[in-house]
Amino acid sequence: MSVTRFRFPFVEMPPEATQLRQEVREFLAEERANGGYTPMADCWAGGMSAEFSRKLGQRGWLGMTWDKKYGGHGRSFLERYVVTEEMLAAGAPVMAHWIADRQSGPQIIKNAAPEVRDAIIPRIVSGECFCAIGMSEPGTGSDLASVSTRAEKVDGGWKVNGTKLWSTGAHGPGCDYMITLLRTSPLDTSARHKGLSQFIIELNTPGVDVRGIADIGGQVHFNETNFEDVFVPDSHVLGEVGGGWNMVVGELALERSGPERFLSTFIVLQEAMRLLVNNPSEQTQEVLGQVVAKIKTLRRMSLGIAGLLQEGSSPEMEAALVKDMSTNFERELLEKLRRILPQNVLFSSAGLLPTLLREGVLRVPSSTLRGGTNEVLKGMIARQLGIR
Amino acid sequence: MTDSDNIIFDTASRIFDDLSTAEVINDAEAGTWPEALWQAISESGLNLTWVPEDNGGIGASILDGFAVLKAAGGAAVPVPLAESLFAGWLLAQAGLQVSGETATVAVGELSLTDGKLSGSAQGVPYARNAKQIVTLVETAGKVQVVQVAAEQCELIEQTNMAGEPADTISFNAVAVVQAGEPGEGFNGENVEAMGALIRCVQAAGALSAALELTIEYSMERVQFGRAIGKFQALQHSIAAFAGEVAAMNAAADAAAEAVARAPSIDHDAWIEIATAKTRLEEAVNNGAAVAHQVHGAMGFTYEHSLHHVTRRLWAWRDEFGSDVVWARRLGAEVLSWGADELWPRITAVTDAR
Repeated sequence: MSVTRFRFPFVEMPPEATQLRQEVREFLAEERANGGYTPMADCWAGGMSAEFSRKLGQRGWLGMTWDKKYGGHGRSFLERYVVTEEMLAAGAPVMAHWIADRQSGPQIIKNAAPEVRDAIIPRIVSGECFCAIGMSEPGTGSDLASVSTRAEKVDGGWKVNGTKLWSTGAHGPGCDYMITLLRTSPLDTSARHKGLSQFIIELNTPGVDVRGIADIGGQVHFNETNFEDVFVPDSHVLGEVGGGWNMVVGELALERSGPERFLSTFIVLQEAMRLLVNNPSEQTQEVLGQVVAKIKTLRRMSLGIAGLLQEGSSPEMEAALVKDMSTNFERELLEKLRRILPQNVLFSSAGLLPTLLREGVLRVPSSTLRGGTNEVLKGMIARQLGIR
Repeated sequence: MTDSDNIIFDTASRIFDDLSTAEVINDAEAGTWPEALWQAISESGLNLTWVPEDNGGIGASILDGFAVLKAAGGAAVPVPLAESLFAGWLLAQAGLQVSGETATVAVGELSLTDGKLSGSAQGVPYARNAKQIVTLVETAGKVQVVQVAAEQCELIEQTNMAGEPADTISFNAVAVVQAGEPGEGFNGENVEAMGALIRCVQAAGALSAALELTIEYSMERVQFGRAIGKFQALQHSIAAFAGEVAAMNAAADAAAEAVARAPSIDHDAWIEIATAKTRLEEAVNNGAAVAHQVHGAMGFTYEHSLHHVTRRLWAWRDEFGSDVVWARRLGAEVLSWGADELWPRITAVTDAR
C-alpha cells in the first residue's frame, strides 16, 4: 500500500525571507496607520491602487523573482511568497499590479521579443505599468479552447477582431497591456487546442474598447474588451504562432496554488478576532480552532508546492487540490464567522468589520470560479487520479 | 529521506502486506492474537523504532517511527505497534529501560503511594494484549513515568468502534516495575498530545488506503454499462476525497515534524498537533462517507475490507481527545494570541529560527 500520492514538503523560509517579512510588516503597519490604505476583503482582485503598487515597486517588491538582466530583482520564489502573503493577510490594495507580477511578467520574459520585453518589464518592476489577461470570452467560460476572437495575418502584423471578457483590471489607470489569447488559424473541431496564439496588445491601440462590468456588489473590477480591426505588430506575438494553448495551460498552473487562494477573506477573521476575544463562548473557540486548523494546513500545502516549484518539480495534482480546497475555504470561513459574530455586526453597513464581512460575502462567489471553475478542477484531479 | 529511513519503512510495508491480511484482521477482532504478525514486527525491531540503540532499540528517528505508523494505519495492523512505540517513547522521556515486549499507555485518574499504583483508566488500547502498561502519574506536584506489569492489573475487556481492544483497567496498589521523572515541563498534556498525534498519523495512512481502495473499486465496478468512475458525479466526490486525504497527510506530517524538531513536545508542537487533530474531523467525516458511497452496498458488508480502515478512522478521531475537544483547545489558544498576533503566529511555523 502506497503511503500517499501527495507531496507537500516542509518548507523553512531562508533567513533573508524572514528578514524581508519584518520589513513588509513594518511598511504595511505604517501605511495602514497613515491612511495609505484601508484593509479590504479580496484585495488582490478588488483593491485597485496604482499609487500603492508604485510604492511596492519602489521598495523592490514587484518582479522579485525575475532575472536582474531583464530588470527584475533576482530573488527567490519564497521571498516573493512572503511579500504576497503579507499583502493578502493585511488586505492591502494589490490588485493593480497583481496580474502583471504573477503571470504576465514571467510570460513576457519567457516568450516576448527582446525589444518588447525590455520596453515593458522594467516598467512593471517599478510599478508604473500593469497588465490584464484576455483569455475568456462571452460563451467561453472555463472551456478556454472555444475562444473565437481572431487574429488575421496582415502586412507587418495582425488584425484582431472579437471580444474578451472578465480581464480583471483592464480598465484601471496604468493598465497598458493585455496578454490576449487569439485564434490564428480557423477552428479545427477535432483539434480545438491548435491554432491559438498569445499576443501582447497595447490597450491604447485604436479599435480597442474597454468597458467596465459591475459585479453583484456594484463594484467594477472586471471588463468586456472589444477589438475592432485592431492592428498588432508581429513583434508583439508571444512565442510561436500556434503555441498559445501550451502557454496558457502553463500560465494557469502557475496561478493555481498561491496564497491568494485561501487568504482572500483572512482579513475578516483577523478583524473579527478583535471582538471575539471578549468572553468567548465554547462555540467561538470551536469555530476559531477549526478555521485556524484549516488555514495552517492550507498554508502548509500551498508553501509545499512553492517549495517544489522552486526545485523545478511541477506538482499539478497537488496544485489543483489546493486550489479546490482553498477557494471553498474562503467562503466557509465567512459562513462560520457569521455564526459567532454579534447580530449588530451582521446587519450594519458602517465600520470596518461589517464592511469587510459584507465585502467578503459579496465577492466570495468569484473565488471558486476565477482561473477555471472548481468543477473543471475536480475533473482535472480525477484525470490525475487515473479514473477519468 | 535517507537510505536508513527507506529500509525501515520498506521493512514495515513488506511485513504489513504479507501478514496484516483481511483474514488476520478479522480473526484479531474475533479474539485471535496475530502471533506471526507480531513476531515479524518484533524480530525486525519495528516496535523499538523510537528507542535509542544504547537502550536496546534500533535508534531510528521520530519521523521514521511516524512513517511506520502511517503505513501501519493504512494496513490496519491489529497489534499494539503504535501503543508499543508510544510506551517506549514515554519511558524514554524519563530515561527508563525499554524492552521489546508488547506495551501500551494508560491515561486515567491514578496515584502512586509507597511504590504502588492505584486508580483506573478507561479505553486503554490493546491493554489485554500488552505485557507492560506505562502511564504518567502526577502526585503532589511531582510527575513520574511509571511502568507496571499488565498481569498485576484487573481488566475489563471493551472495544472501540473498530473492534480494537480499548479496555478498562483497575490498578489496585499494583507494584511498580520502574519509575522515573521526565524532563521539566513534561505533564499529562504532553502524553495526550503524543497519543493524539499518533492517531492522526495512523488516520492519515488509513485515509490514503481508503482512497486507493475507492479509486480501484470505481474503475472496476461496472454499472449502466461503464465503470462507475466514469460518471462525473463520482469523479467529483473522489476528487474532494483526495483533497481531504492530502490535507490530513499534510497536517499530520506538519505535527510529526514539529515534534521531531523539538526535544519533546513543546508548545509549538502542541499547536501543530491540535491543528492536525482538529483537521481530522472533516477528513474523516467526508473521506469515510465518500469511500462508502462509492463502494455501495459491497463496502457495507463485513466481508469487504473497507471497514478495516473506515471503522478505525471513526474510532481514532475520538481517541486522546476528540477532534472537537481539540478544536476548542486550539480556539482558546488562538484567542489568547489576539487579533494582531494571529497572522504572525501562523507564519512563525515556517520562518527561519
